[in-house]
Formats: sequence, structure tokens, C-alpha cells
Amino acid sequence: MPTPPPESAAPGNSRVPGMVLKAFFPTCCASADSGLLVGRWVPEQTSAVVLAVVHFPFIPIQVKELLARVQQASQVGVAVLGTWCHRRQDAEESLGHFLEGLGAIFSHEPWLQLCRERGSKFWSCKATRRQAPTCPGAPGEDQVMLVFYDQRKVLLSQLHPPVALPDHQAGDAVAGAGGLAAVFDTVARSEELFRSDRFDEGPVRLSHWQSEGVEASILAELAKRASGPICLLLGGLLSLVSAASACRVFQLWPLSFIWSKLSTCEQLRHRLEQLTFVFSTQKAENPTQLMRKANVLVSVFLDVALGLALLSWLHGKDRIGHLAEALVPVADHVAEELQHLLQWLMGAPAGLKMNRALDQVLGRFFLYHLHLWISYIHLMSPFIERILWHVGLSACLGLTVSLSILSDIIALLTFHIYCFYVYGARLYCLKICGLSSLWRLFRGKKWNVLRQRVDSCSYDLDQLFIGTLLFTILLFLLPTTALYYLVFTLLRLLVVAVQGLIHVLVDLINSLPLYSLGLRLCRPYRLAAGVKFRVLEHEADRPLRLLMQINPLPFSHVIRTYRLPSCGCHPTHSWGSLCRKLFFGELIYPWRQKGDKRD
Amino acid sequence: MEDEQSFSDICGGRLALQRRYYSPSCREFCISCPRLSLRSLTAVTCTVWLAAYGLFTLCENSIILSAAIFITLLGLLGYLHFVKIDQETLLIIDSLGIQMTSSYASGKESTTFIEMGKVKDVIINEGIYMQKVIYYLCILLKDPVEPHGISQVVPVFQPVGCHLA
Repeated sequence: MPTPPPESAAPGNSRVPGMVLKAFFPTCCASADSGLLVGRWVPEQTSAVVLAVVHFPFIPIQVKELLARVQQASQVGVAVLGTWCHRRQDAEESLGHFLEGLGAIFSHEPWLQLCRERGSKFWSCKATRRQAPTCPGAPGEDQVMLVFYDQRKVLLSQLHPPVALPDHQAGDAVAGAGGLAAVFDTVARSEELFRSDRFDEGPVRLSHWQSEGVEASILAELAKRASGPICLLLGGLLSLVSAASACRVFQLWPLSFIWSKLSTCEQLRHRLEQLTFVFSTQKAENPTQLMRKANVLVSVFLDVALGLALLSWLHGKDRIGHLAEALVPVADHVAEELQHLLQWLMGAPAGLKMNRALDQVLGRFFLYHLHLWISYIHLMSPFIERILWHVGLSACLGLTVSLSILSDIIALLTFHIYCFYVYGARLYCLKICGLSSLWRLFRGKKWNVLRQRVDSCSYDLDQLFIGTLLFTILLFLLPTTALYYLVFTLLRLLVVAVQGLIHVLVDLINSLPLYSLGLRLCRPYRLAAGVKFRVLEHEADRPLRLLMQINPLPFSHVIRTYRLPSCGCHPTHSWGSLCRKLFFGELIYPWRQKGDKRD
Repeated sequence: MEDEQSFSDICGGRLALQRRYYSPSCREFCISCPRLSLRSLTAVTCTVWLAAYGLFTLCENSIILSAAIFITLLGLLGYLHFVKIDQETLLIIDSLGIQMTSSYASGKESTTFIEMGKVKDVIINEGIYMQKVIYYLCILLKDPVEPHGISQVVPVFQPVGCHLA
């Protein structure tokens, strides 16, 4: 097994002994004419990243000027690394000597000489050092390994997790953060070098991935130009809307309470935030923010498209009318079923014997409520169709808004079930509290509030007498209350489960990063998890040739990295605490809204 | 230069190890796992279909039969694509890194490349699998925060897929 590289032998030595010299060569230059190799030398990794080939004829001064310009613009230490010789005819020995002479003009340690015969797949590579090696036993020539890479793909791709190369100012100084991350970074930052193509009239002729012509798309350019004014306009509109929604009228008590309870408002607020983020006039600082903006935009588009489809479906064939006609009978039916349920509870439910008096009281109380509820529904029935029609229009804001409205409508229509649950839970909770404290009295103990623990206490005889009596009464009334509590809690949990399902769907649409998934599907090299190497055809005594390809990020990682933050309406309990709350009769609030300060 | 030897894994199946020497700085080790046997495939298919036919005689619903066929096909495709490993390759390139490739029976290849700068050491580790102690090769990765710590232990070949005895 190869050992990890030892420490550098001496300061000022620009190479790590024992490491093979790696030359990263772009595949687009493999068929280029002979010339000079231009790129960056990374001493810590002993690797030379070739970025382009400069062709004959050239004037050395102009080449040096070009390199200085590129170095200043991109903060990458670009230099002449060596020579490239592509022998097309057999008798070109003079070229060989000429190329060797160039080593004197452009001095670089080590000087790379790559050579390729016409019609042969195998290359010959030499890396020579002019300085006498300071470590004894180290050869004057290094072993070279060729790694081919696709320049365009490496330029456009982004490594995950992003390796922040610490110092961007001193390009060459710190590159040891990750050997391959340095290669990606070098290619990505050298855009200035790739600006000139072979149709330019410049003094220096370069060969690189864009030398056949700079790639550009009309649509992309138009979009870039148009995005400025559009962002300004939409940003202004959105700020008006948010200012309107933040005005004092909406902060008054009844309205603010209602807004905080409705999930539609939460969803609208979330969408407003997202759109403000997308249309803000600040440029994205890093690629992650850009992806986030793109994801939000695509998600909003999909949402609105689905919403419009729903709208067209609803408004066709008078479906809203049918829905409105069906709504009141359904509500009536539910109320009737509840009445039957209460009658059943007032009798002998499941063969259990209830306390007749308490049973009748509770049953009549709930029946009266139900009667009130049915009357209100019948009062509302003439207006239902118009309300539904206007609510249906909200689908053009997006499918998520319609689903939130549906969830709110379900909550409003089952408000009586919620009320019954609250009554039953409060009664049960009171009973449990009373029972637990009287049980302590029965055993001669009491709860010490100061010390937060159970202490023994001596009670008077009459205290004990009354306490025990009350305890017995509460204990024997427990089954009745518990049964009512159980039935209404189950109903409430059913409604909560339906609402929960709708919320899960809304969350999914909100947080799925569709743009990133599409990019991973169509342009997998843009999102890179790493690289992979393939050994190309090999001959003994020839340098090793490898092909470096991009290893795309798996889909699960894409979703995990680029997941959009959702509304924040997650259930706040774990299963254990939920069961505990149910047992003690504490009220459950499944949806904790953002900024909700209530208990 | 290639070199082939045969071994057996802890489940008794035959494994073949190929060693390729490309250059003094590059070597490849390739383990080929036993192929999917026709016998086990037939056995599983027959069990599933017999069970489906039994259910069909009880329920008289022909959807059960189509569902059984569907399940068998999907299950086979899923097994070939996600579970059954055909070949595992370890490519070691001096001063670049270590690359592990698993190719599945459906042709899918999943590759992981670990840079040499991240490798702390390559060790043979012992693990307890059911009632046996097995030895497997793994790579220790350096911890970016702590210079002497280890952040991850990466087994080189899939422990449950094929082990060398």
C-alpha cells in the first residue's frame, strides 16, 4: 500500500519527495497543435493543472503580458508550465530542439514536456528540474502521471460539500485544502483565460474548451438584461403588499387572533417571504443562494400552474354549485351521526353501566350544542355557494393556498367536534387533578409547592372524612367522564389526522427542490459529489493515463442539501409526550404556528 | 499484468480475486462475487406464486394473481439494481487516492473516491457477524478538526455482500 506522503524535506523546496507528478490535461487540447502549456502549478500536491495551449508563432513578451493580465483578473497563479509537441509528420526533429530552447525563456520548476505521436494513443512525458536536488537520492527527472479532464464540465460543476479554499487573495499560497478541490477551483476561476477564441485577432493564439467559439445563449442574455427591471418592479409590488399586511388594523385583537389560527395566512406569509427573497435586487453571493432562488421560483411556478389547473376544473361544469349543494346535507348528516352517538352514550354504550344522572346531564349538554350548530349551518346555507366561488378563485395563487383553505374549512366545519373535545378534556382533567390530590390526602400526604415534592401531612378528622367522601364520589364518576373524553378525543384525532395529511402535502410542494432535481437529472455534472478515475489503455514504460470524470450527487443528497425551509408548522410532540398528555387530559394543539406565543 | 486466484466467502460462495498491476504507482484489485443462481430464483418465484394461488382460491379475485406477477418482477428488478453486487474493484493510485467501485447485476456502478490527503491508514478490522468473527479491510479517514482523530471508518468491500474467508 502506498504510504501517505511525508513532510516536505526542506523549506524552499517546491516539491514533496516521493510523490508522482500529476499533470491534469484537458481533453479538448489532446488534438491541438504543438505549443506551450499554460496553467497552474500546485506544489503541495505536486500537480500541474494545464489550462490552455499557446500555439506558434508567438512573441514571448506578449505571452507574459497575457499571463500577467489573467493572473491579476482571476487571482490564479497562471504560468507557462512546459511544452506540448504533437508530431504530425515523421521528420520534425528541429521542433524538438526548438521546444527545448524555450525552457530557457520561460523558466519554471519543473519543466514539463509532453509529446504525442500522430496515430498513437500513447504519450511520452518528461519533467525535468534544473536545480540540483537537495535531497540525496532523488532523481533529476520525475515520474509523470497524466490525468485527462473535461474542461467544460469541471468549469461548470460544483463540489459538494463546498470546500471553502481559505485565502482567495493569495491564489497560490493556500491550495492544500483538498487536492481535487484545488483543480476545480483553478479551472473555475480562470474564466479570463478562456475569453479569447480562435476567431479573435489577438496576438496570442490559445487552445482551450472555448477556442471553437465562446458559448452563449440568447435567451440567457435576454433574461439577464430583463431581470433587473423586473426584479425592481416586482420587489416594489411585494413590499407594498407586505406593508399593507403589516398595518395597524390587522394587529387588533380579534383579527390578529384569527390570522394566527388560519393556516392559509401562514402559507400566504411564507410565499410572500419567498417571493421577496427571489425578487430582491441583491445579487446571489454564492452558488447555494442562486440554487435556492431558482428552486423557489420553480416551486412557485409549479404551484401556480397546478392551482390554475384546479381552478379550471372547479369552474367547469358548475362543479362549485354541486359542491355547495352537497355541503349542507353533509354537515347535517355529520350532525345526525353525532346525535346518534350521544344517544348511544346516554344509554348503555358497549354494555357498560354509566352513572345515569351524570350521563343525562352531559348528554343533554352536548345535544343542545349540536342543535345550536345545526341551526347556524342552516342560517349560512344561502351564502355558501357565493363564498365557495370566491374561495375557489384563490386557487390562482397556488395549489398550496387552496389546500390550506381546504384545511381551514374542515377546521371550521368541525368546530363543534373541537368544542366537545375541549369540554370533555377539561372535565376529565379536572377530575384527574382532583383524584390525584385526594388520593394523596387518602394516604396522608400532600404536595409541597415550595419544595415541589410529596410530603407527609397530618390532617384533621373532618378534613379526612370530607376528602375521602369526595374521592369516592369522583372515583365512581370517573368511567362516565372517561368514556365521553375517549369518544370525543378519538373524533378530534380523526379530524387532526385529515388536516395533518393536507399539511404534509402542502409541505411537500413547498420544500421540494425541483430545480436542483431537474438539474441532477439533465445535467448531472453540475452537482458533483466527487470524481472518479478510469485507467486508460496502458503500455509498459509509458506514463500512466487516467480519465477523471465527475461523480454526480445521489438524489437523496440533492434533496437533503437543497431542501427549502418549510412553513414551520410541524407537530411539536413526540409520541411519548402525546400519550402522556392524552392520559392526563391536557389539551393538544397539534399545529404550533410560527410566532405563536400561546401555551 | 493480471493475476487470478479463487477464494470462498464466509457464506460458502466462490469468489474470484483479480490483481492488476498497471504501473509502479497504480494497482487494481477486483473481487467477483458469485452470480445469481437459477435454483434460488426459481425457488423464490415458485413460493410467491404458490402463495398467490392459495390466496386466489380463497378470495376468487384474479387481481391477486396479476399483483403477484407484478411483485415478482419488481422485486427481481429491485434486487438486481440495488442489492446484488457483481463485482467490487479497488483502484489505488499513488499520491491521488483510493477508488472503490461496486458494479451491480443490473449494470449500475457506484463509485467512491477518497483522496490520499484524507486517508489516515488502511487496516484490517475485526467485526462480529452473527456468531462469527470476520476480518474486513477498511480505510481510516482523518478528522479535519482534530489532527490525531479519526472521523470515519470506511469498509472497502461490502461486508454483507462478499467477504474473504
